[in-house]
Amino acid sequence: MDDTAALKKTPLHALHLQLGARMVPFAGYDMPVQYPAGVMKEHLHTRAEAGLFDVSHMGQVIVKAKSGSYEDAALALESLVPVDILGLAEGRQRYGFFTDDTGCILDDLMITHLDDHLFVVVNAACKEADVAHLQAHIGDQCDITVLDRALIALQGPRAVEVLAELWADVAAMKFMDVRHCRLHDVSCLVSRSGYSGEDGFEISIPADKAVDVTMRLLEHPDVQAIGLGARDSLRLEAGLCLYGNDIDTTTSPVEAALEWAMQKARRSNGARAGGFPGSGRILSELENGAARRRVGLKPEGKAPVRGHAKLYADAEGKVEIGEVTSGGFGPSAESPVAMGYVPVSHAAVGTQVYAEVRGKFLPVTVSALPFVTPTYKR
Amino acid sequence: MLKFTAEHEWLQLDGDVATVGITTYAVEQLGDLVFVELPEIGASFSKNDDAATVESVKAASEVYCPLDGEITAVNEAIVADPSLVNSDPQGAGWFFKLKLKNLADADGLLDEAAYQELIA
Repeated sequence: MDDTAALKKTPLHALHLQLGARMVPFAGYDMPVQYPAGVMKEHLHTRAEAGLFDVSHMGQVIVKAKSGSYEDAALALESLVPVDILGLAEGRQRYGFFTDDTGCILDDLMITHLDDHLFVVVNAACKEADVAHLQAHIGDQCDITVLDRALIALQGPRAVEVLAELWADVAAMKFMDVRHCRLHDVSCLVSRSGYSGEDGFEISIPADKAVDVTMRLLEHPDVQAIGLGARDSLRLEAGLCLYGNDIDTTTSPVEAALEWAMQKARRSNGARAGGFPGSGRILSELENGAARRRVGLKPEGKAPVRGHAKLYADAEGKVEIGEVTSGGFGPSAESPVAMGYVPVSHAAVGTQVYAEVRGKFLPVTVSALPFVTPTYKR
Repeated sequence: MLKFTAEHEWLQLDGDVATVGITTYAVEQLGDLVFVELPEIGASFSKNDDAATVESVKAASEVYCPLDGEITAVNEAIVADPSLVNSDPQGAGWFFKLKLKNLADADGLLDEAAYQELIA
């Protein structure tokens, strides 16, 4: 049997083929890893102009309280994430994560207060488990509805001008704002966010109109289709975690340096402290720190240091201290870039550690994240 | 005499010394190279040993030694500028020169027509 036969397709699948994409299996979908321009050019184009990404494989889910009240939906979701959802203003979005009873991360997600309900976007590989998790824990209070819509991201410094040609009001949106709008006479949901480190937008589109809207955007001379290869190098330079690589069920949010995503209301002495899975560990780590930490890593030489490379305290590889979780070449950084976990004793910026690559122990410097300056429109 | 391997290397034979690189097809599959690691001059390899490493933005790949032999020269220019391999893979983007242990081993390699058929 053809291995690709079992793969799911997004509403833009045929368009990717038309554009000459090289397709690969990713999280059960047949997805474009790159187009003819290649990862390097696609990456640099996104940072210089605007890149368009198909992220329709991600799960788009509505969480709506059976009572119809936003507050009830927010409080229900707060029982699963260490994030202030009740305090999220209408039309605003926040990053968060589902935690498990050991205080580790089941998935990361984007959470929007949309009208009287919540709109969440979860990772493709986790979406079935996430929906089951929502059903099992808050299904008695909330209706959980998986949307059959496309999702595209338009990222880069030209994204706002490009999108403004279809909908002028987009220019007034701030980072993490979410608005209903009509694009090319199609009812869409636009958020000013993304995962590239650039200003940009994610656009949720009815599946049957996805090709129309996407082609309209691709007609713009500043816009190029960008594959998963460049999506990965862009998010790595931006210091953003990839679920399954940098965060998973063995990493806690404090180890992952994601304290910024856990607001005061959910911390010790906050208005709604705790009350999420693993809160004992997470609240304690928020106050006392964790034994290890996710850090940026900059290899000193030209050789990329990839995920799963072991990290050592010494150049002889005697004292193993951690592991690289994501790594590669950063086209904008013009150097290899990586991130990984090290003990707090080695987590200070400037600390030199060593990564094992093909039997050699290469010097790597703990570096501040991100590797590029984000241009979010705050 | 130009020969190829099924692992997408080319060999330009001059007496018992082969200049070795990776094919245009291989480069198209790899995409833009950002790092090249070459063997030491004087190193001996058996056929299919890892002789060099190339890395694109996304991934690392090994370049195999196509036949038994000893490295007599390496192309430092592609270490300094890996994009040379992308722009001229079967010319200025050569990797190393290999003095063959047994010249007759080259008879087992693919000729250009056979290689083109392989990648078609």
